[in-house]
Amino acid sequence: MRIGVVTFPGSLDDGDAARAARLAGAEAVRLWHGDPELHGVDAVILPGGFSYGDYLRCGAIARFAPVMESIIDAARGGMPVLGICNGFQVLCEAHLLPGALTRNQHLHFRNRDQWLRVDTAGTAWTGEFTAGQEILIPVKNGEGCYVADERTLDELEAEGRIVARYVRGNPNGSQRDIAAITNEAGNVVGIMPHPEHAVEALTGPSLDGLGFFTSVLRHLGDRELAR
Amino acid sequence: MARVVVDVMLKPEILDPQGQAVANALPRLGVSDVASVRIGRRIEIEFAGDPDLDRAREIADKLLANPVIEDFTIRVDDAAAVPATESA
Repeated sequence: MRIGVVTFPGSLDDGDAARAARLAGAEAVRLWHGDPELHGVDAVILPGGFSYGDYLRCGAIARFAPVMESIIDAARGGMPVLGICNGFQVLCEAHLLPGALTRNQHLHFRNRDQWLRVDTAGTAWTGEFTAGQEILIPVKNGEGCYVADERTLDELEAEGRIVARYVRGNPNGSQRDIAAITNEAGNVVGIMPHPEHAVEALTGPSLDGLGFFTSVLRHLGDRELAR
Repeated sequence: MARVVVDVMLKPEILDPQGQAVANALPRLGVSDVASVRIGRRIEIEFAGDPDLDRAREIADKLLANPVIEDFTIRVDDAAAVPATESA
C-alpha cells in the first residue's frame, strides 16, 4: 500500500508522518504541494507544520495548492485522507471537514503529551482501536481550538463523527473537547494531536499513534478483498 | 489604481481570546471604562483599473475570510462601507 505525505512550504512533520507510515508497513510516497499528480497513492496524509507560514489563517492558502485539488477530488471519491494538526486546519479550510480551528483559548502554544479517548473505531483511520479506548500522544499547537455552530456540533455527536476527545484536561479550549472528527463517509479524518510522534519507544510517550496508520492499511486491505 | 478595503472580524459568537487579552491589559494603562475589545484584520486590495467590488467580495468570501468563523465588509477606500450581503 502506498501512503502519500504532502509537503507544503512550511510543513514540519512530513518526515515523521512518512516514517510512521513506513513503520506501519506502508510505502511512503512524498507528494509536493505544487504537483497535482498523486502518483498512484492509496491514501494521503496532510502533515503538521505551518504551511505557507500560516499566513492569513492556518491552512487557508494551502487549500489552494495544486496538490489539494487532486486530494479534494480523491477524498470525495472515498480515498482515505488524514490531516494532522496543520493538516486538520487545511481539511477544514478545504470544506472536507466542518468547523474551524482557532487560537487556543489561553493564547499559549501548548506542547505536551495528551490523553485522548477514541470515540469511534468506524473510520478508515481508527479501525484498529476500540471505542472508548484511551491513548496518549503528543499535542503541540497554537491554534487548535475547534469551533463550529451548535447545530454542526450536535450533528457530529449524533452521527458518531467525533473521532477522539481530549480527556484529563482540554489543552486548547476546543468545543466539546473535540480532538478529532471525520466526514460523513468516514474516510477523511482531522486530528489536532500528533499520532506520528507516538510510534516508537525512543521518541514517543507511547506507541498509541501507530494504530492510525495500521488502521488505514487494514481498511485498504479490506477494501481490496471486497473487490 | 483603485483600492478596496476588506475588514474581516470574528463573528460575535466566536470567542476572541486576543481581544480579551488586550481588554484585560487596559486597566494597567489606567483605562477602566472599556467593556470589550475585539481584534480583526484589515486587507487592502489594489486593483489595476476600476475598483471591482464583486471581485473583491469573491476574493474575501473564498480566501480572505473563513465564513465559518468570520464576517467581512468591503468598501472602496475612503468611501462608505458596503456590507457584504452573501455569507456575511
